[in-house]
Amino acid sequence: MDDFLAARSQMALSLGFHIIFSCIGMVMPFFMAVSHYYWLRTGKPVYRNVTRAWSRGVAIFFATGAVSGTVLSFELGLLWPEFMKHAGPIFGMPFSLEGTAFFIEAIALGFYLYGWDRFNRWFHWFTGVVVGVSGLLSGILVVAANAWMNSPAGFDYVDGRYINIDPIAAMFNKAWFTQALHMCIAAFVATGFAVAGVHALMIIKKKNLLFHTTAFRIAAIFATVAALLQPLSGDRSAKDIAIRQPAKLAAMEAHFHTRKSAPLILGGIPDVKNKRVDYAIEIPGMLSFLANGDFHSEVPGLDRIPPENQPPVAITHYAFQIMVGMGMILVLISLLYFVALWKRKHWLNSSWLLRLFVFAIPLGYIAIEAGWTVTEVGRQPWIIYGYMRTIDAVTPMPGIHYSFYLFTAVYLSLALMVTWLLYRQIRMVSALYDIPVSTQNPNTH
Amino acid sequence: MLYVVMGYLWAAILLYLLLGGADFGAGILELFTSRKNRSKTRSTMYQAIGPIWEANHMWLIIVIVILFVGFPVIYTTMSIHLHIPLAIMLLGIIARGTAFAFRNYDAVIDDMQKWYTRIFVLSSFITPLFLGIIAGSAVSGRIDTNAGTFMDAYIFSWLNMFSISIGLFTISICGYLAAIFIIGETSGKEDQARFIRKAMHFNLAAAISGFLVFVAAYFDQIPLFDWVFGNTPGLLAIFSALVSLVVMWWLLLRREKRRVIRIFAGFQVTMILLTTTIRHYPNIVILKGGSYLSLLEHAGEEQAIYYLAIALLSGSVFILPALFYLLYSFHRQPVH
Repeated sequence: MDDFLAARSQMALSLGFHIIFSCIGMVMPFFMAVSHYYWLRTGKPVYRNVTRAWSRGVAIFFATGAVSGTVLSFELGLLWPEFMKHAGPIFGMPFSLEGTAFFIEAIALGFYLYGWDRFNRWFHWFTGVVVGVSGLLSGILVVAANAWMNSPAGFDYVDGRYINIDPIAAMFNKAWFTQALHMCIAAFVATGFAVAGVHALMIIKKKNLLFHTTAFRIAAIFATVAALLQPLSGDRSAKDIAIRQPAKLAAMEAHFHTRKSAPLILGGIPDVKNKRVDYAIEIPGMLSFLANGDFHSEVPGLDRIPPENQPPVAITHYAFQIMVGMGMILVLISLLYFVALWKRKHWLNSSWLLRLFVFAIPLGYIAIEAGWTVTEVGRQPWIIYGYMRTIDAVTPMPGIHYSFYLFTAVYLSLALMVTWLLYRQIRMVSALYDIPVSTQNPNTH
Repeated sequence: MLYVVMGYLWAAILLYLLLGGADFGAGILELFTSRKNRSKTRSTMYQAIGPIWEANHMWLIIVIVILFVGFPVIYTTMSIHLHIPLAIMLLGIIARGTAFAFRNYDAVIDDMQKWYTRIFVLSSFITPLFLGIIAGSAVSGRIDTNAGTFMDAYIFSWLNMFSISIGLFTISICGYLAAIFIIGETSGKEDQARFIRKAMHFNLAAAISGFLVFVAAYFDQIPLFDWVFGNTPGLLAIFSALVSLVVMWWLLLRREKRRVIRIFAGFQVTMILLTTTIRHYPNIVILKGGSYLSLLEHAGEEQAIYYLAIALLSGSVFILPALFYLLYSFHRQPVH
């Protein structure tokens, strides 16, 4: 493995790991706060129990997300020093603000986790909300920084130098909003379905029914609403990319030849050498419509991009197909769930619907990883789109593959550990969380 | 605005050294606690630091963000030439943070606790050791940006007597801070005596490893003696630190002002950081051959610094009151 590939793999691995944990850490506090709100309003012990169980999950995921995020802030320099030397001052604004948001989140989490029965109960609840809001803000800010790499702004590039820096313009680059929106909704979809699915599994096993049903309903409503909103945000992203990064769009769609009334290609195996896609389903004119809102418009293909500036087509195409496929499955499940809520109440107790949710546990995260692959691989060969190539940014230090193997081992074992810990949390629900709280009603704390 | 950013950088390093240091020290103390007292020590310590645990480590993030936004050349030079110690430190941070969280939040209490504790304690040594090594390497003059061989460029930049002795010194300081902190949290006479002894041991360890730093500096031909004792502010700082040390021990041995003594210990560490940074100012990295990376000359563009300062100042408006309130609320006696 050469050093460049090792550096890219290590970065991809670190991000791929961090993205899951930070999504959970960013979304679960909202579930927790909703359940907590019901506890304070209704005084039903089950809400308190669910809240406390979820807050444990938040603590584990926050800690894991925090350390993997710390690692990333160093890895940017360890692996891509040439990039950080120039980009740091330009796209640093969202990072500086993110530092604040993250700090506030850590403080609020301290209040929340250790604050039961210590503070005014609404103040305590409020600190839980702050955990969620500041976590979400951190996520938006970090994605804004990534968006800058896709849509560089806020500087002039003169003779190889980056001058006239405007950090505000860099932060509010053209891609920040669509990317942040898509990522935040994705976090809600994935975490919502994962949490709902785990509780659905327990309902099927007929364990602590009231506890798991309560938890399931809160998570499921977040998941399904978000899943139905996501295609709208995805559509905005597609139109955005069509304007800003035609190479990425062409790679996503394996769209080799510029043409009018371009078809949408579903699935298939891109044959890069012969510039065609085998075994694909084509929907005529659909790509033109999705990209430009007009079935007959022209969509530039990869033939317009010089070969040395083309992203890897196959990976980007497959990743995009996977992301959209997973998203569509989740949309279908969400639609069924809404039909059940409004028209077919008895479906809610049927095991097939619950089984669908169990099936959906990993789908949101697979979609997130695939989507992340689309945006990162689809930007290649650039690290700063149109300005700096990734290969020019890599560290001069040789032997990066050793570091890659080491970090792979660490991250894999961590992933296993966290999964195992969650399994233990869930197994202990009856002993630790699902307990009658007859002595604790919201008026005496 | 550049001075605001530099002030924040220094303050964030100091706070990380004090708060993060005491936190690392908690893990170090665990190792030096006899088996029979271990679980008691642990519960005392983590009741005290639990709520602020995550916040203590945020200072490192602030330091790193200030460096890469405000001083990208310094950040990248260190990232390239100190890659290996930085990576080891990161592994330490991962291991420590997750082991701590797992130990606290694992739903089942069984043999796994032993493993969490082992990893936690081990990484509580490794992380500050390498933080110290990195800090030492920055001023050791061994970073060679024109090095021809792998060893010169990436190994000898940090693997030297001086850097390692600074790493050991950092570990002692962490243990010392943790012991002093915990004296104020314990109530029993016996426990107090135990932690006072611990504080004394780590104070001694700091003195010995501090002496070692000077010896190593002598052999590695680093003019440390001149840096520390060669200027008035440095001398004053060292002198006041010594005075505070004497006063602190006088109070401590009489078992008075158990919480006030923290201020003395914090003051001593602040003075140590002050003496070691003031003489270099504004140079924070000394390269091989005597050239410097300077906070003034290698700062990022004016606009970047300006907005960084704004972000730091406005961030403080939110962070500081919240942090003080957090510390304040959990330092009252718990409600029963």
